[in-house]
Amino acid sequence: MATDTRVILICSGKGGVGKTTLTANLGISLARQGLSTAVLDADFGLRNLDLLLGLENRIVYTAQEVLEEECRLDQALVKHKKESNLSLLPAGNPRMLDWLKPDDMKRIVDMLKEQFDYVLIDCPAGVEDGFKNAMAASQEAIVVTNPEVSAVRDADRVIGLLNTNAIKPVQLVLNRVRPRMMANQEMLSIADVTDILALPLLGLVLEDEQVIVSTNRGEPLTLNSVNSPAAKCYLNIAKRLQGEDIPLINPAEESSGFGAKFRRLMQTKIF
Amino acid sequence: MTLRDIINKLLRRQPASASTARERLQLVLAHDRSDLSTELLDQMRREILEVVAKYVEIDMDEGAVSLETEDRMTALVANLPIKRTLNGQIKLIEGSNQLKENSQEAEDKDKGS
Repeated sequence: MATDTRVILICSGKGGVGKTTLTANLGISLARQGLSTAVLDADFGLRNLDLLLGLENRIVYTAQEVLEEECRLDQALVKHKKESNLSLLPAGNPRMLDWLKPDDMKRIVDMLKEQFDYVLIDCPAGVEDGFKNAMAASQEAIVVTNPEVSAVRDADRVIGLLNTNAIKPVQLVLNRVRPRMMANQEMLSIADVTDILALPLLGLVLEDEQVIVSTNRGEPLTLNSVNSPAAKCYLNIAKRLQGEDIPLINPAEESSGFGAKFRRLMQTKIF
Repeated sequence: MTLRDIINKLLRRQPASASTARERLQLVLAHDRSDLSTELLDQMRREILEVVAKYVEIDMDEGAVSLETEDRMTALVANLPIKRTLNGQIKLIEGSNQLKENSQEAEDKDKGS
């Protein structure tokens, strides 16, 4: 039985920035470090975590049946076939949203805390009830954002709500970073985003086509393609969560050769 | 200013879009964080000017009230150039140099949400 379980909310405000992909990959990475990890799909309206983990055909019961006491927790938990330290608690029916209250989420998470080192909550997009329910059950949070104005703006709203609800620490993951566009100053820089949101950076994830390939297969990148750029980033984030001091990737060094040298020269500050 | 900015200026090209994104974000976030619309901010500006005008003569056209954000702290900054006090003894504003000093006194900082 885990005594000091970390319950981490993975949220973003805006949809489509990579919450579920981060949850799946972080879950796999932590499990690979030998930590018993539960991922909880709190997106009851539009659930997808099962699909990204390739577990969609193995769901029998969901959080709904657990709450209604129609089954035990361990009957609803779906253990990952290739990574036995990882379990998914699937989201229930969208109709749950009609009656689900923050206390219900707390009840589920309290049950999970009894047997896991980490509970990662995949939060729905938006700042409405679904988000508030998920937040009520969380201790700390990871805010995922992209270097785009709309994603950063929505992240700011979410950070405001996390701060007023005393969730801490709140850390930032900057997803879908394109080093080349950053070098050309056609994308918000890492410093731009961290300055504006004033959060410590837990990590950045490079844009990587392999993410789509892995989604197609239902096998998170960190499971098989550990050498892909994004997979390395996810693994680093998991290690930093565990307190390891892993230096951040410098996007400027990700592109090499004459082109990259020229771009670096172009962004040298003159005055 | 970077080498790229200089070349863009010389070629009269648009500046790189990251700086535009940064500026637009900072402005929109200052408003989001304070939950104030442009109309409300304008109404507040007029009311602040009216109150201050009861005590000192100010230039109603010059007065600016804005929200500035740094490190998740939003400050309400009122920059109100004072012409003179109502009893006419002290003329506080002549040139633009003094304007800066006086406006410092009128700066009103308030912790935003």
